[in-house]
Amino acid sequence: MPVFERDDTQIWRRRTTRENMIRWFGWLAGLVVFAWCWQIISASTTWFFVWDAPRIANDIWTRATPPRWEYITQLGRPIWDTLNIATLGTIIALFLAVPVAFLAAQNTTPSKLLIRPLALLIIVSTRSINSLIWALLLIAIIGPGVFAGVIAIAIRSVGFCAKLLYEAIEEIDHSQVEAITATGGSRWQVMAYGIVPQILPAFAGIAVFRWDINIRESTVLGLVGAGGIGLQLSASLNVLAWPQVSLILIVILVAVIISEWVSAKVRGAII
Amino acid sequence: MLQLRKLTKTYKTGDQALKAIDLDVPKGQVLALIGPSGAGKSTMIRCINRLVEPTSGEALLDGVDLTKLGAGALRRARREMGMIFQEYALVERLTVMENVLSGRLGYVGFWRSFLRRYPQSDTDEAFRLLDRVGLLHMADKRADELSGGQRQRVGICRALIQNPKLLLVDEPTASLDPKTSRQIMRLITELCRERDLAAIINIHDVALAQMFVPRVVGLRFGEIVYDGLPTGLTPDKLTEIYGEEDWEATIEKVEDEDETEAAE
Amino acid sequence: MSDVTLDNMVGHRWRKPAFIKNVALRWTLILGFVAYLIAAFMTIEVDWGRVYEGLDRGWAFVLAFTSPDFTSRWSDIWSGLLESIVMTVAASVVGIIISIPIGLGAARNVAPLPVYVICRGIVAISRALQEIIVAILLVAIFGFGPLAGFLTLSFATIGFLSKLLAEDIEAMDRVQAEAIRASGARWVQWINYGVQPQVMPRLVGLSMYRIDINFRESAILGLVGAGGIGATLNTAFDRYEYDTAAAILLIIIGIVMALEYLSGIIRARVQ
Repeated sequence: MPVFERDDTQIWRRRTTRENMIRWFGWLAGLVVFAWCWQIISASTTWFFVWDAPRIANDIWTRATPPRWEYITQLGRPIWDTLNIATLGTIIALFLAVPVAFLAAQNTTPSKLLIRPLALLIIVSTRSINSLIWALLLIAIIGPGVFAGVIAIAIRSVGFCAKLLYEAIEEIDHSQVEAITATGGSRWQVMAYGIVPQILPAFAGIAVFRWDINIRESTVLGLVGAGGIGLQLSASLNVLAWPQVSLILIVILVAVIISEWVSAKVRGAII
Repeated sequence: MLQLRKLTKTYKTGDQALKAIDLDVPKGQVLALIGPSGAGKSTMIRCINRLVEPTSGEALLDGVDLTKLGAGALRRARREMGMIFQEYALVERLTVMENVLSGRLGYVGFWRSFLRRYPQSDTDEAFRLLDRVGLLHMADKRADELSGGQRQRVGICRALIQNPKLLLVDEPTASLDPKTSRQIMRLITELCRERDLAAIINIHDVALAQMFVPRVVGLRFGEIVYDGLPTGLTPDKLTEIYGEEDWEATIEKVEDEDETEAAE
Repeated sequence: MSDVTLDNMVGHRWRKPAFIKNVALRWTLILGFVAYLIAAFMTIEVDWGRVYEGLDRGWAFVLAFTSPDFTSRWSDIWSGLLESIVMTVAASVVGIIISIPIGLGAARNVAPLPVYVICRGIVAISRALQEIIVAILLVAIFGFGPLAGFLTLSFATIGFLSKLLAEDIEAMDRVQAEAIRASGARWVQWINYGVQPQVMPRLVGLSMYRIDINFRESAILGLVGAGGIGATLNTAFDRYEYDTAAAILLIIIGIVMALEYLSGIIRARVQ
């Protein structure tokens, strides 16, 4: 906070001239980077299509409405599969995430030098890669189908759940753990009585939260062949059956809204 | 029964929390440990049950050196020492009954404790203890629904159900109002008398210590600077323990309170 | 426990009170859940023979991670990666800039009701539609290429950031904002002095987090033709070139880790 003197009056500025320069330079650099990015995007865009976009959008809209409602009878099984992919995937992920989280948390890890980095590596690598990519990989390995979807969702969710869970473990009240240790409880008893009750609400919250996200993700897994309603979507898109596409999109939207409502309800009940 | 021999604790930062403490606590004696914050009171009782690992020295409980025990033997030794905490340290999301029963963890196997299938003798003892502290009707309440005084009573039950020889009590009244503080101190000292238990009570409130305990140990900078009767705590002695301050008011207050105690 | 006396309780078994008190409801929920799990497991058709065959390929893929092949398809990887980064940067900038006014509009304590309803509507639509589905539609409208990906990510960023920003503004300390208003400030001044300082650190943190998400999402947009490294990855899987796929995945993981590390530093600095 510099104060200048000029003509016997004190002038207050929030930043020094030098700070101002650095700031302006920063903004300028940002602008240049953005302009360059835009340049690249623009270069690989066929602008003719873009100018034509309103007409095409309108065209798609007229073709897609009204949705082909009777197609819903064929969507029962795909919806059921989608639900299963999300739910089973979440359950498997939670079983795997719990041990990983305990190994990754500073206060419960058996070895900070060896095991903790390994657990963190599992968390980062599973979390960084989208479930669609996991699905691609699993389809290449074990073939297309619901099973690949379940495993893809499970792998993707392990890192996410384990990260939130280990943060919750690191935030627990240590004196409660100390008290259980002081009674002469074994390592496992300390865990069951001192740590688990404290993280149980967080665990339940994470489970429902991730289930909600997984419902969303499992609706599109079918695009790469991993089962669920996405299969129908991709089939309809391939034959340009827009009335079916619009119906499927409506179904997905409803599913997303319902799952968000359920997860909000359950979280409300826990907390 | 408990003997500390040159018990020393040096933290990694180089702070010497305990400097070669020597102390003998005979069976059934209740002892108050006073001293300013940072004098090492908390460290000392945590070094006894090794929630904090002492750097050197010995702590003998009935002749067994606690500082040299392996993991399994340490757990068995911890059963003999009940601990009561400053902020109660109840497991907040468990019920009162589960908190009390958790004092038996050192005696039952993992699966029994995990499934909450404690032996009937343990549950009966838990009921009796809760009844003794007047909380039997709260048995199935969750610990975080209780008031401070009630929580500390549950903490006392948890320590006593271990059937210990020694109680380690860390600032039992620090988070309580004056009236509840006295009730809790009275309860602890009464229970020690009933069960012929020794106890080391960390307490920063000198007046409260003088009121309930027959022996006071003063700690300053990790050294024992006073060991004797509560009546021997003169202003000079208090200055030695806590530093310069006007002590007359504190001591007078003690005498006043003693009179009201007697009148009750 | 109608009669709470010691005599009534000693000698009786003690059981932990159940989480759900109503016995019928508890068992309905438990049995319903078990029945669902069984039904779900029954309907997953797993071709175990195919899975068993796949194990070799899975192992080959794991081995590929030890010797990733960055070189043979480097030009493809590089152009895909560049496109992903460019899309991420451009979409994050545009998304953040647009989401600030919408976030303000979606906070009930600073915006008038009509504005609030409109902004909340935008947020709801953006959040309900999944990136990949938006990308499919935009590719259909604007043609293949990174423009569709850029628009998709911007759209998704708006929904994400506006919602969290609005929640943050709604949860801010009223007293500070009132003090500024009491000084006779205009609306814009009030936002600048009363609201902005309170939500700025969190906005920076959330923006960093969103850049991280945008990069991860940009890796899959290529699967539907919206530009980025996803297309390269998809080709690698199709050709069973696991060493190239492993190289791409390692690059993605590396960049995500670097972004997380960077955002950690930046968040620590602004707070």
